[in-house]
Amino acid sequence: MEKTWNNKAWFMVLPVLVLVAFSAVIPLMTVVNYSVQDTFGNNEFFWAGTDWFTDVLESDRFWDALIRNLIFSGIILTIEIPLGILIALNMPKKGLGVPVCLVLMALPLLIPWNVVGTIWQVFGRVDIGLLGYALAALGINYNYVNNVFDAWVTLIVMDIWHWTSLVVLLCYAGLVSIPDAYYQAAKIDGASRWSVFRYIQLPKMKRVLLIAFLLRFMDSFMIYTEPFVVTGGGPGNATTFLSIDLVKMAVGQFDLGPAAALSIIYFLIILLLSWIFYTVMTTSDAQK
Amino acid sequence: MARINLDHIRHAYGASPKSPSDYSLKEVHHEWNDGGAYALLGPSGCGKTTLLNIISGLLQPSEGKILFDGRDVTYLSTQDRNIAQVFQFPVIYDTMTVYDNLAFPLRNRHVPEGEVDRRVNEILEMIGLADRAKKKAQGLTADQKQKISLGRGLVRSDVSAILFDEPLTVIDPHMKWVLRSQLKRLHKQFGFTMVYVTHDQTEALTFADKVVVMYDGEIVQIGTPAELFEKPKHTFVGYFIGSPGMNVLPAKIDGSSVDLDGQKVALSFAPKITAGAKTELGIRPEFVRLGREGMPVTISKVEDIGRQKIVRASFSNRPIAIVVHEDGEIPAEPRVTFDPTAINIYADSWRVGGEA
Ligand SMILES: Nc1ncnc2c1ncn2[C@@H]1O[C@H](COP(=O)(O)OP(=O)(O)OP(=O)(O)O)[C@@H](O)[C@H]1O
Ligand SMILES: [Mg+2]
Repeated sequence: MEKTWNNKAWFMVLPVLVLVAFSAVIPLMTVVNYSVQDTFGNNEFFWAGTDWFTDVLESDRFWDALIRNLIFSGIILTIEIPLGILIALNMPKKGLGVPVCLVLMALPLLIPWNVVGTIWQVFGRVDIGLLGYALAALGINYNYVNNVFDAWVTLIVMDIWHWTSLVVLLCYAGLVSIPDAYYQAAKIDGASRWSVFRYIQLPKMKRVLLIAFLLRFMDSFMIYTEPFVVTGGGPGNATTFLSIDLVKMAVGQFDLGPAAALSIIYFLIILLLSWIFYTVMTTSDAQK
Repeated sequence: MARINLDHIRHAYGASPKSPSDYSLKEVHHEWNDGGAYALLGPSGCGKTTLLNIISGLLQPSEGKILFDGRDVTYLSTQDRNIAQVFQFPVIYDTMTVYDNLAFPLRNRHVPEGEVDRRVNEILEMIGLADRAKKKAQGLTADQKQKISLGRGLVRSDVSAILFDEPLTVIDPHMKWVLRSQLKRLHKQFGFTMVYVTHDQTEALTFADKVVVMYDGEIVQIGTPAELFEKPKHTFVGYFIGSPGMNVLPAKIDGSSVDLDGQKVALSFAPKITAGAKTELGIRPEFVRLGREGMPVTISKVEDIGRQKIVRASFSNRPIAIVVHEDGEIPAEPRVTFDPTAINIYADSWRVGGEA
């Protein structure tokens, strides 16, 4: 039978294309436009070439923020991924516990970012916050407003509280897909708990872990709302991540050129790192 | 290398079973001799896998006890029972090499590496995967995976028993035959008790000393292939063993004569029937003689299967199968007689002997 081609089908995807164009492509192109020109308002533009890019790349401000971002994402990932796996392994596989655990796990994910920030901002306050007050009462000198270490700890704990669930849910989905026969075979083969994890559970979780890793990396690398609400980038510039810096530059100082250049660099870094992680993780799978 | 006793084992998957139909395993009371080769035969869902899992300790029976050489192991874990089991669905460890897959059960038990190497190579040779030893198990085909699964069951030489749950389903017929003879050889060499589940009756009949037929959560007969063929204890065994299966016809018993819808057949014995039981006569198609004498039948179809012909006929409106030699004649007005020594009488589906 001859295949019938029907170009009308394209009309079906048209609405999506239009949406994507308005929500992503066009704004992105505007950013590109700003990044290579200079403007003093009045819709007058001057060609600036790659000047803004060199400016950004030569500034300490950019590199400092970038390093903060990398450290933050690194810490987040080294804690959230193992912790998520550990929790998923200990979640019940059947019975009434399953829906209860799933709902509990999903709760933090349902809370909007700025609310999460506000919750922790209040929670950690030494004067009225439960956490801050309790720590102070215990004699621990905790103050995220003027202590760099405390500010970082607060942000990290907050992110773990907010996002470990995502890793847990993804890992759990991977775990429940393992047929019983594997566990039975492991028992017959006399495998230890560690071997079961290493040779049965971890391989089955590999794909979902890759997704969890990428999502958590991208998200933590772009983190904005929570530190903005909790620390506002301080004390000093201690928690000023690229995103916060970007907003300061674009909205605070109205340096549209450098801000646009920074946006593009930022975007490319995320894209590049994600691509590297993805290739490294998938090829280690394929070889040998 | 153990004698295994199943002492009134019953199992229900659901909690608090009430009626007999809640039990997946109704009542199994049986001894597996040390070093015996048993085939476990039965239709899908009759409880074969359940029984194996109870023996290996993956499942705790709801009721009853299991003894290995007289020692109660009912509450012992799988690891402590020293049993190997090959599963119906092949399980392989994807991230390991073929070699490591086979070495896994040995290494977990801290067998010295030299011994591991010797055993693994032997098994690799046997399952024909020696050339892939260092490859990852991930990319293998279904039959290769099944072979690895089988190999992992065979690699330990000190096991009490090996349980095989349809281990050769996706393996091609020639390789199946090769592996089966290898299994037999290993069995002779090491003398482990062996239970082999299969759907395939030729496999069961050629492989085992004793065939155990299960039906609906019960063991209905244990016997040599010849016993199953000649004296099926239950009409189900009659249907299930043999191709075509046994003819089972409703019959009225009167002393030592049988009334088949008005046709009288004389028996060589007088079966003792309890009043009110449903009585039937069973006769294998091989022992139905087609000729010009006896009871009239109407032939509907003749299937030529090479050295024999299967005649499908109806005998007072009930289907009956007859096996005729390839050059046996089929008369125009066919009639049948039954070989009197091959007649079995059933009351409520269970065989009634002349001795009884
Ligand atoms: N995990 C389980 N939970 C509940 N019921 C089960 C479970 N496993 C098996 N059963 C039921 O127990 C009965 C016996 O199952 P079993 O797997 O032992 O049959 P089997 O003889 O191995 O069949 P097959 O030839 O299809 O493998 C079936 O009715 C099945 O539905
Ligand atoms: Mg089964």
